[in-house]
Amino acid sequence: MSTPFEDLQARAAKRWSELTEGESAWIRVGGGTSGQAAGADAVFEAFKSSVESTGVNANVSMVSAMGLMYLEPQVDILMPNGARVYYGNVNADEAKEIVEQHLKEGKPLTDRAYAYSGGDGSGVGNLPELDSMPMVALQKRIATRNFGDTDPHDLLQYVANGGYTALNRALTEMTPEEIVDEVKAAGLRGRGGAAFPAGVKWSFLAPSKAPVKYVLCNCEEGDPGAFNDKGIIENDPHTLVEGLIINGYATRSTHGYVFIRTGHELPIESARKAIAAAYEAGLLGKNILGTDFSFDMEVSLTGDSYVAGEETALMEAIEGKRSTPRFKPPFPAAAGLWQKPTNINNVKTLSYVPEIVRNGSDWFKSIGTETTSGTAIVCLSGHITYPGMYEVPMGMTIREVLEKVGGGVSVGERIKVLQAGGPLNGLLGEDAFDTMIDFDAMSAAGASIGSGGIIVGNETVNVVDLLRSLVAFNQFESCGKCFPCRLGNTHMLEILDRMCQNKAKSADLALLERVGTSMKAGSLCGHGQLGFNPIASALKYFGDEIKSCLAGEIAPGGVFGDGTMILPTRTRP
Amino acid sequence: MTTAETEQSSKLREQIRQVLNAQAQPTITVLSSLIAVQDSIHYLPDEAIKETATFCGSTINEVWSVASFYTNFRFTEPGDKTLDVCWGPSCHLVGAQQVLDSVHAALEIKEEGESPDGKVTLKYNTCLGACAQGPVIAINHHLIGKQTPESAAKIARELRGQSS
Repeated sequence: MSTPFEDLQARAAKRWSELTEGESAWIRVGGGTSGQAAGADAVFEAFKSSVESTGVNANVSMVSAMGLMYLEPQVDILMPNGARVYYGNVNADEAKEIVEQHLKEGKPLTDRAYAYSGGDGSGVGNLPELDSMPMVALQKRIATRNFGDTDPHDLLQYVANGGYTALNRALTEMTPEEIVDEVKAAGLRGRGGAAFPAGVKWSFLAPSKAPVKYVLCNCEEGDPGAFNDKGIIENDPHTLVEGLIINGYATRSTHGYVFIRTGHELPIESARKAIAAAYEAGLLGKNILGTDFSFDMEVSLTGDSYVAGEETALMEAIEGKRSTPRFKPPFPAAAGLWQKPTNINNVKTLSYVPEIVRNGSDWFKSIGTETTSGTAIVCLSGHITYPGMYEVPMGMTIREVLEKVGGGVSVGERIKVLQAGGPLNGLLGEDAFDTMIDFDAMSAAGASIGSGGIIVGNETVNVVDLLRSLVAFNQFESCGKCFPCRLGNTHMLEILDRMCQNKAKSADLALLERVGTSMKAGSLCGHGQLGFNPIASALKYFGDEIKSCLAGEIAPGGVFGDGTMILPTRTRP
Repeated sequence: MTTAETEQSSKLREQIRQVLNAQAQPTITVLSSLIAVQDSIHYLPDEAIKETATFCGSTINEVWSVASFYTNFRFTEPGDKTLDVCWGPSCHLVGAQQVLDSVHAALEIKEEGESPDGKVTLKYNTCLGACAQGPVIAINHHLIGKQTPESAAKIARELRGQSS
């Protein structure tokens, strides 16, 4: 007799072969938030109606985004002969021509496409193979392994590509302790910013005999420049759901929450659908896959509050309160959500777990550096030629990512400044570009992998203006619980504002440093403690520029000539 | 309060009670309730605060403390369409300030809020999550990337029903 999981796999294999091996071609349009912003919805509709009106035999799906966001809207066509041709920056008006030429005539528009994969290489002209493009070849895709290939709303497509085999193995062949040990041995460090070893964190929760225990997945991700947490959830939600169920089993927990900010419609919809599908397939709920393990999961929405991403503030938000941080101790593993033992992990951390359980800790440990195994999922934006989301092995240098993956500066002459890891982390100058991407090397350089966001600025960027923008964000988002953070950020913003307007006073630098020191000493959470980081790192890499700004020797910052900036006037009462 | 106002208020209360009761997820809190109400009627009138307090067994003070904390909540009726413009540091570097400036002009306002004809609500957003397509704006949460001051102003004028 077959097991429940074997039945699921059989259905999944059938579904996948219908899509990829039948007589029909498969047109895949890349979706996601970034795809939507580039106009993917209209392109998807145009392909659907072109297929209908042309009468060709093809399935059309909105699938996950590939991460090559500079090519969005992006469409690829898999022919029954196995050849797949990729079109970038597709306009809805071109759908009909592509369908007619490529599908009806069997002639891919090689001058419009950018790459191909599979097949025997015939009929694709001089197109490069997808895997030979540097921004693809240099990636090592683990958490993002299904990007561009599968429909995020179809559980069977996930299972057909190896999904839920890790959960099945965990539940049927491994004890919770063995999983915790495996995650520890893999050297998986938390991807939320603190880089704490995930297996060790899990081992704090596992021994508790409490009848109700929670595992929470943090997808608050309010960081400007970062979109990889939301990216994973909207593009491949089951990898996160599977990781969170395994996290629940390994820690003998009863409930999981996926925590997302309201208004981010695509990731919310994606997570909700994935959880519902997992319940329906017997992967959540009572007696998962016929075993005696039961586990429930739901999406919890927060309002707009950046601090809600802090782990104890996050628990306040799930409880429905103002998301302000709690005093620690007690730590979450002792008394967390509703005072029950709780574990909190970032989306990326959990999304590696299925592949670690499936391939073993040695495999994961073999990727990356000595102290940081695995990959970094970097989000490139700003003045970069190829903005996008790329999963690269830890240990690559920042310069390699910028130049080989990102294609260098997009406008202007050179990259001058990077804002890496979210608005509470540092600015980096050219001196730091040879730093290895690895938690410890980045931290030594005064920055952090943090959220994974890297905002790139060219030589025209005024560093003080960029600092003002970061501090304005931090000021707006301070939850207000600790006055050194609330007032300190306001005070720093005032000083930076007058620096941008060439109205700085000579004592302003010392004042900034004093405020920053007070914030660090007097704030409960990272929002205040790290608030001076952008300025501290800017002084390290751009000290001369900041000093000439203080002396009124350079033109006002900002874009309106007078150094002013448009800022929100709302505050939190 | 006039009779008409009272009648309108009780209708609103009834509508809010239905929304509160229709929440499908297992965990229901003050915050989840406020989000549900705003998703449905696009703002939180006094009636929403009071009904949420009753529904959750909480106090008006407690509900108000939550509602006033999260910056997505608003307490007056918004315009017919909401236009979000990202002002986060990533969009900032690629021209968000100029986009904001031109949207201000197109909507004839100088800060967040409603255009004088009440048709469009402008909201500054700290990050819409599509930084690779910056500068980004959103109409009723639907994102549009790669904006210029001209394209964003055109969209803002069209939302007001003006020909561009």
